[in-house]
Amino acid sequence: MKSGAIQVMGEVLDVQRTGKYFVMSVTAPGIAERTEPGQFITVGMGGEESSMILRRAFAIQRVQSRGMYGGTLDFVVSPVGEGTNWLTRLRRHDPLNLVGPLGKPFTLPTKPVTCVLVGGGYGSAPLIMLAESLRDRGCRVDTIIGASTEEKLYGSLDLKRVSTSLTLTTEDGTAGIQGRVTDALVKTLHSSKADVVYACGPMPMLASVAAASTARKVFSQCSVEESMACGIGVCMTCVLPVVGEDGVTRMLRSCIDGPVFRGDRVRWSEIGTIPEGTWGKEALRP
Amino acid sequence: MTGAVILTGNASGGTRESAFNLRASVGSLELSSPILTASGCAAAGRELDDYFDITAIGGIVTKSIMLAPRSGRATPRMAETPSGMLNSIGLQGPGVENFIENDLAWLQQRGARTIVSIAGGTPDEFGKVAAKLRVAGGFDAIEVNISCPNVEDRGQVFAAHADSAAHVIQTVRRNSDNKIPIFAKLSPDVTDIVEIASSVAQAGATGVSVINTLLGMVINTKTMRPALAGVTGGLSGPAIRPIAVRCIWQIRSALPELPIIGMGGVRTGHDALEMILAGANAVSVGTSIFNDPAAPMRIQGELEQELRSRGFANLSQAVSYAHREVNQIMQTDLPTQVSDQTDDGWDFISE
Repeated sequence: MKSGAIQVMGEVLDVQRTGKYFVMSVTAPGIAERTEPGQFITVGMGGEESSMILRRAFAIQRVQSRGMYGGTLDFVVSPVGEGTNWLTRLRRHDPLNLVGPLGKPFTLPTKPVTCVLVGGGYGSAPLIMLAESLRDRGCRVDTIIGASTEEKLYGSLDLKRVSTSLTLTTEDGTAGIQGRVTDALVKTLHSSKADVVYACGPMPMLASVAAASTARKVFSQCSVEESMACGIGVCMTCVLPVVGEDGVTRMLRSCIDGPVFRGDRVRWSEIGTIPEGTWGKEALRP
Repeated sequence: MTGAVILTGNASGGTRESAFNLRASVGSLELSSPILTASGCAAAGRELDDYFDITAIGGIVTKSIMLAPRSGRATPRMAETPSGMLNSIGLQGPGVENFIENDLAWLQQRGARTIVSIAGGTPDEFGKVAAKLRVAGGFDAIEVNISCPNVEDRGQVFAAHADSAAHVIQTVRRNSDNKIPIFAKLSPDVTDIVEIASSVAQAGATGVSVINTLLGMVINTKTMRPALAGVTGGLSGPAIRPIAVRCIWQIRSALPELPIIGMGGVRTGHDALEMILAGANAVSVGTSIFNDPAAPMRIQGELEQELRSRGFANLSQAVSYAHREVNQIMQTDLPTQVSDQTDDGWDFISE
């Protein structure tokens, strides 16, 4: 079960501020060429002698082949802590230690079906690459992205270009429809005959998206954001409760069993717990 | 253009073509290299095989396995700390039978040297896990994770008391093949680690693995609650390395013949050398794998360079080398020059 991921030294090509986020373009030879929509990379923080020993994970937004640079990729950084702030201070030609492509990608339909894409905050980043793949397959792509406020919306220009339709929502009404993405999703599911919903964003949003989709008997795929130490499946920190084909709940790793999970399989409201009936829970009781 | 530097272990490992002898003897356990993975940081080797050839290092120490399948604790299970991290996984695992069928079988078929780490809530559980492994075979040694709570003793860890640590080791020894080396993994959270090391050695341990994580805690200042669902967690990473070196030194000083596997924050070949000089016969690489998935292979290559550059002909010459008697304080043939100048000429430096 080779994952196909590799570790390479990449180089920063560009750091662009957009709203509250930064888009990093980096060379990633050997990674970019094999990335599928929904996969992610991890980045070493602060150089070789850094006291930040854990890598940070980022969804891949786009891959390109840029002549002399070979494969390059873009990812979005929300500067919230020491590591992400360090990243956004990097400049062109700075080296960056990258591991990828990691994780299970979104499953793509084999027929030209109708797809609804839902992104929350910078969770819309991986939807850009996904929308391109879906359009290539002849799918209809209705995209809904939302955030608390306009500055936190991400990727509207790119998504407008690659989607059949684009709906924006903000909770404070500074852009698009005032409200949440799930309100818009419920309307879309009522008015169109969506076949698949793809989503990426904060856990509460994913929980609502999954519930709304499952209620309409629409298949959903959700890309989760869990805190990870290794990103490659060895540390067991990024687990969440997922119901298997056999009906048994197991604590699965977001990094290699995900980050994309079926929305109707994750026990959303019980993330952060070991739900009753989870495989191996009895062993915890003395 | 940046030059695509692919950072696989194979690019830096380089022990195959060289004549340098990295062979490590850890009691009766003979390894091609002293570099192992540390338990809990490499799962059962399979995921790391993408980043380096896991058969090219000394061996894989698997994540501690218990008798029954185990879900582990709730999340959050991890918090980053300065040069380290806290973890509270709760020994999530498939149970020993699934482990034998899937993980151990894969490691054997892959040709990796394997040290199986085992855990239990009672000495009896440790014994049952060892007995199942004995029937299965197909591994090189057992590491006994005695840093888990003893359900029969208010959740005190076995490693905290010489008698409970010895009790577990005796039980594992009784349930294992005589030829299988057994290493007791010691906790540094004790007053006298030498006492525990002596006790497990007398109880039948081949050697000791030093050190397990230290108990730590982080408060999340956003939620103003403990950062980990399990409240406390094990501290690992470079932050704990000096403590590991101290523990190895103390045990080696007291028990010159006891085989020691050293671990705790090893990030480079230089760090591995430090542990070897302090008395380790082999070195496990743990948390650094999370930072660099090819770390064990890279460190193996770096260690070889560190040893060569100091003129060692092989690994065993370097083991415990820091303990050697050094008679001369300063190694110089120059006679001491005594000046006849008085303090007057130096008054600019006097108080």
